[in-house]
Amino acid sequence: MNKLLLLGDEAIAQAAIDAGLSGIYAYPGTPSTEIPEYVHASKQAKELNIVASWCANEKTAMEAAIGMSYAGKRAMVTMKHVGLNVAADGFINASITGANGGLIVVAADDPSMHSSQNEQDSRFYGYFAMIPVFEPANQQEAYDMVHYAFDLSEKYGLPTLIRITTRLAHSRSGVIRKEQVRPQNSLKLPEDLRQFVLLPVIARRNYKKLLSLQDKLEFEAENSGYNQYIEGTNHSLGIITCGIAYNYLMENYPNGCPYPILKIGQHPIPKKMVKKLYDSCHEILVIEEGYPLIEDHLKGMLNLGKPVHGRLDGTLPRDGELNPTLVAKALGLPATMGLPIPNIVTPRPPVLCKGCPHNDTYLALNEALKNYSKGRVFSDIGCYTLGALPPLESINTCVDMGASITMAKGAADAGLTPAIAVIGDSTFTHSGITGLVDCVVHNSNVKIFILDNFTTAMTGGQPSSAYNRLVDICKGVGVPEEHIRVLKPLPKNHEENVKAIQEELAYNGVSVIIPQRECIVTLNKRMREKFKKQTV
Amino acid sequence: MKKDIILAGVGGQGIISLAAIIGLAALNKGMYLKQSEVHGMSQRGGDVMSNLRISDNPIYSDLIPCGQADLIISLEPMESLRYLPYLNPHGWLIANKAPYVNIPNYPNLDDIYKEITRIEKHVLIPADELAKEIGNEKVVNMIVLGASAPHLGFGKEEMLDAIRQMFKNKGEDVVNQNIQAFEIGYNFKQN
Ligand SMILES: Cc1ncc(C[n+]2csc(CCOP(=O)(O)OP(=O)(O)O)c2C)c(N)n1
Ligand code: SF4
Repeated sequence: MNKLLLLGDEAIAQAAIDAGLSGIYAYPGTPSTEIPEYVHASKQAKELNIVASWCANEKTAMEAAIGMSYAGKRAMVTMKHVGLNVAADGFINASITGANGGLIVVAADDPSMHSSQNEQDSRFYGYFAMIPVFEPANQQEAYDMVHYAFDLSEKYGLPTLIRITTRLAHSRSGVIRKEQVRPQNSLKLPEDLRQFVLLPVIARRNYKKLLSLQDKLEFEAENSGYNQYIEGTNHSLGIITCGIAYNYLMENYPNGCPYPILKIGQHPIPKKMVKKLYDSCHEILVIEEGYPLIEDHLKGMLNLGKPVHGRLDGTLPRDGELNPTLVAKALGLPATMGLPIPNIVTPRPPVLCKGCPHNDTYLALNEALKNYSKGRVFSDIGCYTLGALPPLESINTCVDMGASITMAKGAADAGLTPAIAVIGDSTFTHSGITGLVDCVVHNSNVKIFILDNFTTAMTGGQPSSAYNRLVDICKGVGVPEEHIRVLKPLPKNHEENVKAIQEELAYNGVSVIIPQRECIVTLNKRMREKFKKQTV
Repeated sequence: MKKDIILAGVGGQGIISLAAIIGLAALNKGMYLKQSEVHGMSQRGGDVMSNLRISDNPIYSDLIPCGQADLIISLEPMESLRYLPYLNPHGWLIANKAPYVNIPNYPNLDDIYKEITRIEKHVLIPADELAKEIGNEKVVNMIVLGASAPHLGFGKEEMLDAIRQMFKNKGEDVVNQNIQAFEIGYNFKQN
């Protein structure tokens, strides 16, 4: 059988295509980005006329997917874990409306925060919404679960959540595809045309239905095969693993694990299986990538039962990603160890590329702010966040996407004027525009820098919804035209740019300054492709 | 056969294509493979590593346990040392000699070389210089791959086949340049 070598992300994308997907919606975010990217690049998806859209943010992506499901077709929406915060309103309410065509939400968590602000565990959102949650252990399971998740979604008329973590998302392995590609659904509206109208009277009815389905969802979790009870010979310990934690366990027992294992890949928690393990073993070890969700449930508030070990009692670290070495220690196995890292090895944090436009913008901003007290630059998330580090040290905050403008407003209201906001073009259309509306309505004394590098650079150069629209958007929102300043951040324009910034700093009101120059990486890529075309 | 390999470097140096070639050689032999990569923030000039695991038997973990890597292959000398806790006592450390200096406090180079040569089985290859000699600075990683090849467990022809496969879409010239570079690394003798 032909195996494809796929990242976990790509396995999910290929599975969705093979399972009769009609549309995928996303805002990029590490480690989820390669799912939509794969569909965008897929010839098969093009031939099947699958819609693949980069959206302004995760909320718009979520809602577009709900809309496609309403119309009876299979939809997928993908995001990084914090993206689910942005999409949460639609997500939680979609569990009340229910789905019509199969609907899968994929959230990619980032334990150890390789590229993120936190390591929140999306499984909690699944429980919050009371919908089935999947945690694949490997690339093949990721592929297989997508088919099943669409089936389950259509069987119960509910959205489903697939939760992966960085290691699976960005690790390649062989995947066997299903032989048959399932056809897409045809357009078919919900039988009850008021199903999606969440007026209280309807919402209450729908919610009761959701509650009544919970036992059935647990029954499915017990019987789907994605939760497996694996018998062992030594009952002094019973082990529960979630998702990829199973791999780290088995890595330590190449000839088979002596203890009984409950391998969990589907929620809600299959209670009968948990009880069987609990009753037959003296102690329990819970190994889960993420927060101690199952461990906490099992322990209960008072921890009155058998000893339950895991992240809460220090058997495993409370935070960060797991690995086979940590799991070996938790099992009391002798962990192998190489040599220590020599002291001379220094950290090498990421930096702005040579020639990055953000660098010139920050140099100009630093100089323009020379005579102001420090600590007034509110920034946001993107490559430009690296401006927090030496040598630039230009920015003072990075909280969540869009927070630069609104935090600057709040600080200006508190008397820190002028307050500066620094936001990327893609982040601006993601969730900066509404903040700008607030500033204009209250005529706040904020100076908003929209760093327009024509792309969503941090996540690998996806198109930016702001492209060619920034000035018009700002005008439309009501920023006075003379206070929208477009600059070209280049070393030779430094003096001129500093002067323009200083002029706006002297104005008491909303200014938008748009330093505009293409990201060096996307520029180079474009040039290479152009060159390739010319030589072919 | 089973090899656990750590590929190290600085974001943008091209460790993924190295992993891909070794991966191809493994797949051609019907081996199992897992390869974890770094995408995201660190790609902007930060330290990056990839775990490549190949084996005749199924592989569980995407990550190599500490102390169990058979090889560290690094396109940068200091980065090769960052992963020493993963190297097994008999493992090989293959490092490019040319530093990638993008931090103000890059350590003294001789100290780095001293640490590398302290490892029993090491190859420290001036891949940048060798690439310059043949006038092609794009093939540094192929030279390092060549120097690693004798310790990867594949025959030389198997590696060459994988390189041909990898670059066949880019034309004869590119294939030959990469093979030439591979040979230079392969024939390199540590003095
Ligand atoms: C809610 C949320 N979604 C997605 C991300 C991932 N993310 C971080 S920065 C970024 C892109 C920012 O692009 P832009 O604002 O244009 O700045 P650039 O990187 O191009 O400088 C994305 C998608 C995130 N951190 N939070
Ligand atoms: S990828 Fe583009 S925006 Fe990001 S640091 Fe490099 S040049 Fe700057």
